[in-house]
Amino acid sequence: MKLVYLDNAATTKPRQEVVEAMLPFLGERYGNPSSIYSMARDAKAALDEARGKVAKALCARPEEIIFTGSGTEADNMAIKGVAYANSRRGKHIITSAIEHHAVLDSVKRLEKRGFQATFLPVDSCGMVDPKDVEAAITDDTVLISIMHANNEVGTIQPIETIAHIAKNHGVLFHTDAVQTTGHIPIDVKQLGVDLLSLSGHKFKGPKGVGALWVKKGVKVERYIDGGGQEGNKRAGTENVAGIVGLAVALELSVGELEQETARLTQLRDYLIKGVRERIPHVRLNGHPTKRLPGNTSFCFEFIEGESLLLSLDKVGICGSSGSACTSGSLEPSHVLLAMGLPHEIAHGSLRLSLGHETTPQDIDYVLEMLPGIVSRLRAMSPFGEEVSSDSACPCAQEEHSLVKSHQF
Amino acid sequence: MYTDKVMDHFTNPRNVGEIQDADGVGLVGNPICGDVMKITIKVEGGRIKDAKFKTFGCGAAIAVSSMVTELVLGKTLEEALEISNKAVADALGGLPPKKMHCSNLGADALRKAIEDYLEKQGKGLPESRPDSEEGGEDS
Repeated sequence: MKLVYLDNAATTKPRQEVVEAMLPFLGERYGNPSSIYSMARDAKAALDEARGKVAKALCARPEEIIFTGSGTEADNMAIKGVAYANSRRGKHIITSAIEHHAVLDSVKRLEKRGFQATFLPVDSCGMVDPKDVEAAITDDTVLISIMHANNEVGTIQPIETIAHIAKNHGVLFHTDAVQTTGHIPIDVKQLGVDLLSLSGHKFKGPKGVGALWVKKGVKVERYIDGGGQEGNKRAGTENVAGIVGLAVALELSVGELEQETARLTQLRDYLIKGVRERIPHVRLNGHPTKRLPGNTSFCFEFIEGESLLLSLDKVGICGSSGSACTSGSLEPSHVLLAMGLPHEIAHGSLRLSLGHETTPQDIDYVLEMLPGIVSRLRAMSPFGEEVSSDSACPCAQEEHSLVKSHQF
Repeated sequence: MYTDKVMDHFTNPRNVGEIQDADGVGLVGNPICGDVMKITIKVEGGRIKDAKFKTFGCGAAIAVSSMVTELVLGKTLEEALEISNKAVADALGGLPPKKMHCSNLGADALRKAIEDYLEKQGKGLPESRPDSEEGGEDS
């Protein structure tokens, strides 16, 4: 069966060049970079080279790069590390309601440790308003963390403007760039941020490796105790193969970024237009233009996301959804809810994220299959019905209005 | 995550639709939670002659709806009321634990349809049911 992989925001297929660059370090070049003999120095040299490549890709300095075990770890290190290292200056953190859970839960953890937090709202496109950021800053604010682009709906945030505000108020600014690194241009100086997180497997590198860029002079508390690796911030023998793979992947992605952005943007808009033309009662989530080149996110009214994913999987299409079933809780996606979507609409979300391998034929295949799947599920759906007030669902608090107001 | 039987009932659901001149209609769930089930039944000679469903929900919710309509065909009302949500899940070879609460509403929808039928007939629920809900009074 044809396989159309459109979940590149979840993970990407590692490039062949990446796999080949990694292999020697999983075999004969197994030296520990901290040892002193020549074989170990070989591993150290590979590590240094990788660090140099990552620094170059971000327009940063090599010594500012801390390799981690994931993007999530980089987010945790940034937020907790800055909060703990600067807690004498203040204990207030500002973030947004649509951050990845790596950020949200790190901030919530700090709230339990005596810190205060502000979770900023977003507009219906998923955009943070820099004015809200400025208004939330107090004398006690030590850190602002706003993601570069949202993983679910693809909205690209006004990071430069927010960074300018943070700088004016003397507050440190972290951005979770896991979805943007290798996909849109990143120059840490131009962005004006103080810390930036990235993850290898989002840009065709390996899983299990990420990085945190920390601007020189910014204090971050040591995250893992042990040896002196990674600038004494993150102890543990380095994942040399993973780090080498990440660096090669980033170098290649940045090298072809301009043409790939143009290609993906065209494919993305072709998919969005095609879906809208073929399927009624569908809405595009996220900003129409300020969005990641590979991100499409839709809500199909009257159907539920997991049913949609299972049906798509049956015809070889891989996507993801923010429905409660797929978010692992009773609530649908916190991002869609923060954008003001009603629960029943948010349950019907579908994210199709395009990537390096995506072809126009893939998009045509989706446009061929998706309308029938949506119609089939809608034909099974009891929309237009009043739901009994003594509902069997204990989480039902409020009267729904949408389902009964539409008829097909 | 789902058994083959669940996937079979999700992919090829039995008895999808709505009986236009239904004798009983049962609607449960809430779109806010992501699951709504509607079951319509036709009763003849005290037995369920036909049952159809319409469901807004996940794969489990659709499979449960399909299974309950299949289980109930030909059963007497008393037998139909004995079908529990757990029995439906068992007939599907089990459901993931987190689906047991939110998506496993098939038997509830069926019971509501039977209650609706009995109400229209001016009858109450059979007395033998220990956990019968409201609507059991004779009118």
